[in-house]
Amino acid sequence: MIINHPLLGPRDASEFVVKGAASLIDRPDWQAENATDAFHDYMYLRDNPAGEHAELWYHEQGDRSWLVVTRNTLTHEVTKVEMARDVARARGRSK
Amino acid sequence: MSQTYRINSGLTDDSQKFNFTFNGKQMQGHAGDTLASALLANGQHLVGRSFKYHRPRGIFSSGSEEPNALVQLRSGAAQEPNTRATVAELFDGLTATSQNHRGSLENDLLAVNDLFSNFLSAGFYYKTFMWPAAFWEKIYEPIIRSAAGLGSLSKLEDPDSYDHGFLHCDVLIIGAGPAGLSAALAAGRAGLRVILADEDFRPGGRLNAETHEVDGMAAADWASAAVNELAAMDNVNLMTRTTVYGAFDHGVYGALERKTDHLLSSDGKPRQVLWRIYSKRAILCAGSTERSIAFANNDRPGVMLAGAVRAYANRWGVAAGKRVTVLTNNDDGWNTARDLQAAGIDLAAVIDTRAETTQGLTGVRTIAGQCVADTAGRKLIKSVTLTGGETVETDCLAIAGGWSPNVHLTCHQRGRPTWNDGIAGFVPGGDLPVGQHVAGAANGTMTLAAALADGRAVANAVAKELGATASRKAAPKAVDEAADITAFWQVSSKKRAWIDLQNDVTTKDVKQSNAEGFRSVEHLKRYTTLGMATDQGKTSNVLGLAVMADASGKSIPETGTTIFRPPYSPVPIGALAGRARGKDFRPTRLTPSHKYAQENGAEFVETGMWMRAQWFTKPGETHWRQSVDREVLATRNSVGICDVTTLGKIDVQGRDAAEFLNKIYANAFAKLPVGKVRYGIMLREDGICYDDGTTARLAENHFVMTTTTANAVVVFRDMEFARQCLYPDMDVHLISVTDGWAQFAVAGQNARKLLQKIVDPSTDISNEGFPFMACGEVTVCGGTPARLFRISFSGELAYEVAVPARYGDSMIRALMNAGEEFDATPYGTEALGVMRIEKGHAAGNELNGQTTAQNLGMGRMVSKKKDSIGSTLSERAAMNTDDGLRLVGFKPVDPSVTLSAGSHFFTKGATPNMDTDQGWMTSVAYSPMLGHSIGLGFLNSGSDRMGEQLLAYDALRGNDCEVEVVSAHFFDPEGKRLRD
Amino acid sequence: MTNYSGLKVLWQGLTGNKGWKPVWREPEPKAEYDVIIVGGGGHGLATAYYLAKEFGVTNVAVIEKGWIGSGNIGRNTTIVRSNYLLKGNEPFYEQSMKLWEGLEQDFNYNAMISQRGILNLYHSDAQRDAFARRGNAMHLAGAGAELLDQDKVRKMAPFLDYDNARFPIKGALLQKRGGTVRHDAVAWGYARGADMRGVDIIQNCEVTGFQMDGGACVGVQTSKGNIRAKKVAVCVAGSSGRVMEKAGMRLPIESHVLQAFVSEGLKPTIPGVITFGAGHFYVSQSDKGGLVFGGDLDGYNTYAQRGNLPVVEDVCEGGMAIMPMIGRSRLLRMWGGVMDMSMDGSPYIDKTDIDGLYFNGGWCYGGFKATPASGFCYAHLLATDRPHENATEFRLDRFKRGAMIDEKGVGAQPNLH
Repeated sequence: MIINHPLLGPRDASEFVVKGAASLIDRPDWQAENATDAFHDYMYLRDNPAGEHAELWYHEQGDRSWLVVTRNTLTHEVTKVEMARDVARARGRSK
Repeated sequence: MSQTYRINSGLTDDSQKFNFTFNGKQMQGHAGDTLASALLANGQHLVGRSFKYHRPRGIFSSGSEEPNALVQLRSGAAQEPNTRATVAELFDGLTATSQNHRGSLENDLLAVNDLFSNFLSAGFYYKTFMWPAAFWEKIYEPIIRSAAGLGSLSKLEDPDSYDHGFLHCDVLIIGAGPAGLSAALAAGRAGLRVILADEDFRPGGRLNAETHEVDGMAAADWASAAVNELAAMDNVNLMTRTTVYGAFDHGVYGALERKTDHLLSSDGKPRQVLWRIYSKRAILCAGSTERSIAFANNDRPGVMLAGAVRAYANRWGVAAGKRVTVLTNNDDGWNTARDLQAAGIDLAAVIDTRAETTQGLTGVRTIAGQCVADTAGRKLIKSVTLTGGETVETDCLAIAGGWSPNVHLTCHQRGRPTWNDGIAGFVPGGDLPVGQHVAGAANGTMTLAAALADGRAVANAVAKELGATASRKAAPKAVDEAADITAFWQVSSKKRAWIDLQNDVTTKDVKQSNAEGFRSVEHLKRYTTLGMATDQGKTSNVLGLAVMADASGKSIPETGTTIFRPPYSPVPIGALAGRARGKDFRPTRLTPSHKYAQENGAEFVETGMWMRAQWFTKPGETHWRQSVDREVLATRNSVGICDVTTLGKIDVQGRDAAEFLNKIYANAFAKLPVGKVRYGIMLREDGICYDDGTTARLAENHFVMTTTTANAVVVFRDMEFARQCLYPDMDVHLISVTDGWAQFAVAGQNARKLLQKIVDPSTDISNEGFPFMACGEVTVCGGTPARLFRISFSGELAYEVAVPARYGDSMIRALMNAGEEFDATPYGTEALGVMRIEKGHAAGNELNGQTTAQNLGMGRMVSKKKDSIGSTLSERAAMNTDDGLRLVGFKPVDPSVTLSAGSHFFTKGATPNMDTDQGWMTSVAYSPMLGHSIGLGFLNSGSDRMGEQLLAYDALRGNDCEVEVVSAHFFDPEGKRLRD
Repeated sequence: MTNYSGLKVLWQGLTGNKGWKPVWREPEPKAEYDVIIVGGGGHGLATAYYLAKEFGVTNVAVIEKGWIGSGNIGRNTTIVRSNYLLKGNEPFYEQSMKLWEGLEQDFNYNAMISQRGILNLYHSDAQRDAFARRGNAMHLAGAGAELLDQDKVRKMAPFLDYDNARFPIKGALLQKRGGTVRHDAVAWGYARGADMRGVDIIQNCEVTGFQMDGGACVGVQTSKGNIRAKKVAVCVAGSSGRVMEKAGMRLPIESHVLQAFVSEGLKPTIPGVITFGAGHFYVSQSDKGGLVFGGDLDGYNTYAQRGNLPVVEDVCEGGMAIMPMIGRSRLLRMWGGVMDMSMDGSPYIDKTDIDGLYFNGGWCYGGFKATPASGFCYAHLLATDRPHENATEFRLDRFKRGAMIDEKGVGAQPNLH
């Protein structure tokens, strides 16, 4: 597979390490009332879709960027690659 | 034997005669021969034995689809089993032997299987060999195993080397036959970067095997001219002897180039190169493969595909027989008859299964509306009997059963071929790999002029897609040959009619499979083994499907489709591995003191990718324990030096660095003073403890973290995740400096005295000036920048000193020189391990990814006042039970007993089983300080059981013993030494 | 239904092999069953077999979207073993091993169970210690194990690279009872045994949804119409996410591809199974002579039954590193299976929060060896509504409690299990 890195252009997938669903960005608030349940769902439950899947790829053999790659789990087609940091900010993880 | 079947030189070079042997027989061929063409030229028709029945088998095809003619090439360590003679290029000195027979090829003892064929029908083995149960491994299975298999490995290391390479192109064209050459010319003229790959050593595909004309030239000459034109284009890379074996995601193709297989020896050069080709577009021009017709005994030597018989005559100048019979269900079979007649080969008859045909050939007997019903002849066909009853004497039966497009690479992802009645074959369906196009016969365009035009048209369309300007040059001119076909699959018979020649699958097997309910194509394949042989059913799958359709009363498309998996043709495992073998299997990382260690008797041990000194053998030491005990005692009694560079080092800087570390570590870090080091534990988000180490605050916004050697990469990755994905606006920057700094532990009572000779006097390293857990940036040896940490893994007064890695070798030598007066001793990982066990420190065996901070006795370090990675999930009930595992120490009740790691603990008197299991021993060592074996381990409620005696169960090694639970801090439990 | 035997094969051989009958019927679905098993793979068929044979529940349908055995039962490297470590796992896998040992006689089908041993190589003292802990756990569960030094390994497998290896072989953990099984035959044997006892096996029938009534599951919607059932038992491995989504459930599962490989047929070359953990490679030789081998997951979520080149090359590197004699044998076929990777590497056999809906999955790439015990324990749960004593830990809620069964110690990272 080829991942079109937003900064570096097309790179072979073997340069990356895959972590899993991009929902792992949405780490719950530790002080929320249901924090333990929220952390359980965050850590252990997956949508695991057969189709479009936003997932975290780490360019370990490259610039060490974490990317959010939107990829189809049936065809492996990649439709979007974003810097994970931008996604994290957009999802409200700024301080 | 002379080349009695050679009629002319064809496209071979008869000025270059090559000597070779087959089963020890001396033979001769030409440059440009394959082993198969040379064997045929020498009249060697019997070349192998089939898989199950050990039937005599001859050459069947002229390409990579060959099911029969598998031989062992070369000898000794270079022995290469299951090599298809039809693609093995002849060279001078080639040696080949036949395989899968006991006794000689001619008189195979296992041919007795053929007599019992009725009892060896599809899936017979699933229904028997069950009683008595013990007989399977001892008797039945060894017999089956030795009869099965084909060729043999030498069991010696492969003497050849293999390379990997990467190529990029606009368009990859797979196959250099008429469509491929035409496509390559068009793409090349349009200025695209083209790779044209062909598995043959002579590009041209069927053009080399036919007598057609293209652009007024003989087909093979036109192919040569086209190749010359392509070779002159800088933007075209023509790769012969290169099989594109698989289509992978995003336009990536795998290809195998055979570099030296046509030579007697590789001469040290890589035998093959495995290419990964990154293409924007690909055009599959893989042509088509002919198939057989099923009738009784259609597997004898001399029964061949008609296109192959024609190819041997036209390309290699070899007559496959002296008196050939052609059997066809289509017009193309007549081309074989015509070409053989033109070459002066005697034709017994042309049998056309169609009652009416437009084809005919003067001077040759035509038998229409019949088929062959049976054949005779054991090691070579002698005659055929027709469905009408007539017997025709012949020594070669050329079967034209129709051509199946080579759709393989269209199926490697999601594509499923669809049936096309017009050509009686499967053509590419939808869902092709992204960027892949198909042209020519592979796409069902079966005639010459059309294929040439198709190749050009598809290439021009690709050029347009890629924004290039297509050349206006017209397609090469040729005539479309007649290609009508009326599907004809089988003649029913009480005898066996073969479908899959290599695996001995007959029409009976397919019918039985249907009768037993194995009707889906995948069940059929798996139950009968149809198409599972080394040829992946290239010549048999469609026929098998047709016979199944017939048996089940359905049409072929209703019955199913045939799909293929990579590789297109088998790829040597050595090529797939490339250079990564032996010592080069994985990179080797050396510590900065490696050379010093080598000079001083070090034994090295693999620690992940690192090689670390395990111990240093001194003259006179004959057992590793002598060395290790000496190193421990020397360190504890004076001073020892150990290279600890392999620990991960991460430089953390930024205004929010302290706050960030507070998130990463379970214990508090935000208030660590500048100039101090703190020990920290890290949890995974699931609350399990996974790494520990020390972090030093060198400045307000500058920390240096150490991780364990094993987790250096993972911790850094996780910290980057936290930085970019969880806390994207924190001002913090990370860099791995593991390789940047050489770091040495200097440990023992004399460590300070030693270091005072090394550290420049501008730094006060007295106990007051530089107390336990102090750190600082210093200079050593007169101005060399360094970092000094007063930390101790050994439990001694100890420091770690780090210098830029380029000074590492000098540093170890400087330290050893300075330490001479104290008998400073280098120590390795074993002594390090002994001392950490004596101190009860956890290492990899304890931090195994399954244990909590509480298990490790560090539960209180997990701060509940702050949010850190893993803190919330570490509070789950089952991870916090009062009777849970605790890390404690163990000593043998009988001090002379040696403890063993991996033993499990049981209350004395309990029956050992999984329910009564109380824990296990994680690490053991012989303590030279205490004079007996000591161990660390996890024990239920361990910290409350001091003094209790337990059984340490070790049935695995028959080494049970009694142990006493003690504190894990065996040595200097108050920690006085490290603070002095 | 005919009993299979050598005599039968002889008789049929003498009479033209014309008397063979379908191994299973092809019934139309009934309107209602006691139990519907969704998924005609190894585990589903085994569940049906044991439900009928051991628990007397025969009004059962197995519903399969394609052809039976089309999933991972026919896409694995055929290894069976019971060399697990943890209390939650090892007794279960040992139960499976014992079932394997009597299976052929039990279901009257030769699945070619070949107990030629499994060698797990170790290369360091720490690996040896971990194997010792494991080996003793195996003894505690009655599975048996031996810890071999280098000399003993060399005797068993002289062709391994002992002299020039990047990671020298120091020894191995051996389970002599481990080995391989002809994988497809397991599905067929269970199917035949279940069918003989009245179970309806319905192929080419896709479950498109669940029938719900008052919050309880009362049947399935399929491409062949609605079918009611007292209990619906999902058992679809790699498709778990897709199927359970129809019941509105998110699972602690990710779907990943594991590739497997087979070489051209060779005369007997290697004994038993050899695993090279440090190099991500394991290999055995089939009765037909092919070297069957595999390695790690590709690492990305996928439902496609195919993988990519980096892992192909990585696996072959592991093979060449440990046994450089295989360089000149050729890889014949590669394929991928979609694995239901759980969050701790261990499976689930449990009731769901929805009444009448049961779930079996999360087998990661260890599902094949578990087939008999998985079927047995799932049947036990379905028949009695209580977990079998060897499967009490395989609960879906274990992560809430923090009771993970993490053999590898890599945490909630499915692609590392």
